[in-house]
Amino acid sequence: MTELASMLDYAFMQRAFVGGAAIAVMAGLLGVFVVQRGLAFLGDGLAHASFGGIALGALVAYASAAEGLLAQPLWIALPFTLAAALAIAWVRDRTRLSSDTAIGVFFAVSVALGVLFLSRIPPDRNVVDVWHLLFGSILAVGRDDLTIILVTASLVTALLLAGWSRLGYATFDAELAASDGVPVRTLDYALFALAAIAVVVSAQVVGIVLMAAYLVIPAAAARLAARSLRTMTIGAVAIGLSSTIVGLAASYLVDVPSGSAIILLQAAMFLVAVLQRRS
Amino acid sequence: MSAALEQASAAGAQPEPMRAASDSAALEVHDVTVRHGEVEILRDLSFRLPPRRLLAIIGPNGAGKSTLVRLLLGLIEPLRGEVKVFGRPAGSEPQRIGYVPQLKTFDRSFPATALELVVSGSRRTWPAWISRTERTAASEALERVGAERLTNRALARLSGGELQRAFLARALVRRPDLVILDEPATGVDFLAEHDLNRLLDGYRHDAAATVVMVTHDLAAARHHASDVLVLNRVAIGFGPPERAMTAACLERAYGHVGHDHSSVVP
Repeated sequence: MTELASMLDYAFMQRAFVGGAAIAVMAGLLGVFVVQRGLAFLGDGLAHASFGGIALGALVAYASAAEGLLAQPLWIALPFTLAAALAIAWVRDRTRLSSDTAIGVFFAVSVALGVLFLSRIPPDRNVVDVWHLLFGSILAVGRDDLTIILVTASLVTALLLAGWSRLGYATFDAELAASDGVPVRTLDYALFALAAIAVVVSAQVVGIVLMAAYLVIPAAAARLAARSLRTMTIGAVAIGLSSTIVGLAASYLVDVPSGSAIILLQAAMFLVAVLQRRS
Repeated sequence: MSAALEQASAAGAQPEPMRAASDSAALEVHDVTVRHGEVEILRDLSFRLPPRRLLAIIGPNGAGKSTLVRLLLGLIEPLRGEVKVFGRPAGSEPQRIGYVPQLKTFDRSFPATALELVVSGSRRTWPAWISRTERTAASEALERVGAERLTNRALARLSGGELQRAFLARALVRRPDLVILDEPATGVDFLAEHDLNRLLDGYRHDAAATVVMVTHDLAAARHHASDVLVLNRVAIGFGPPERAMTAACLERAYGHVGHDHSSVVP
């Protein structure tokens, strides 16, 4: 018990808890609409699109010899991923291809571009750590990272809560919502844009794999247990938050990678949801 | 009739200014042409429907029936022509229209109860929580369609007929002046035809409402509609059933007269 309390003495643990909780709330809210609309692949797709953006950001920083805050790949990665998200929505809208197909195209192109951009930077000048980008580390969240996460999560969470009723209506049935004057298409683009912002900012810090998990697993588990969109939303946020808190504590106590602990806990809750549904 | 009108406005369904237009036609479709790419879906379609009628829209698959519904709801714009509902451009007064969509297009796995579905009809967004007034109005609407026992049932657990009742309650809860139904399937497991027609007639008279129904059921159109539009990309016939549904019109629409009988549900 004292050991559990002592972990909060460390600033890096405090930042991990606060940052993880912010991501859990934002991603849980987003995940409700992502899962219910059958867009589970979107998180992965956008996270990989952000790899292309981060590589381009690194190349621009190298070529322009920028330093400090200006050299942050995020400034390029954010608009790059946002553009990819809107392009996915646009292609889907225009061609009636399935979301997964549209996402798959941009997924592959972004990764190809990312590798191409990185190949233009001499290896000794390369600041992009691909391993970190994939798996990140929630325990390594710095002060600047935490600020960026908190600002982003507050913004995305506020917008999602404000639009919840309309997004919910459009998710239930786009045509019914449109016939009642809900701006369905605008909401589609807005959802993709918010997902892009959430993914690119979070993936930079906690890694692509953990962010994709946050976006899909809590909402999917809540979906199985919930009888209404409201309880699904509350459930997704609660599962995200509890897996973050317990996962971080477990990783501190028994020394397992924190990201893995969080994802495995989410998966365990998903399994429980699957089993309770059968019975 | 005026008593029914007063009742409808007493229920708070209609702000006063909107009543002004109700003496004009309920629907005015004027020279409407709709194209999807190179394909002409509707051509030079014109008709005018006075209020408080029941219009059946019939025609073969691909005749443009659902496209016409989408025009009336203001979901699409015609290439040429004009669509007015209660004297105003289609789509400008969604609160006056209760729409029952085709059930086959609808995702049943959405986590929601029948109550939430109905409240979405009165609120016109998805409800996060439900007030006592909303609950009462929803219960009344469900009772009207004989589905009060479904109130707290999940949509995934409703049969086809029960789901159809819930959608009808959803359309009626806002006390619309116009009810639009796109192919309400009748028959096995679905709302029995005479139930549906009885419910619609009851509401039409209580609320002085207009009903538009796309249907494959020619017998129902003949016996229950006050007006029939026979459609196959162009208007082939329009008017009272006995005038619009002549053998010649049906042959032009469907290609052969025998179709009238073969499609009748026993």
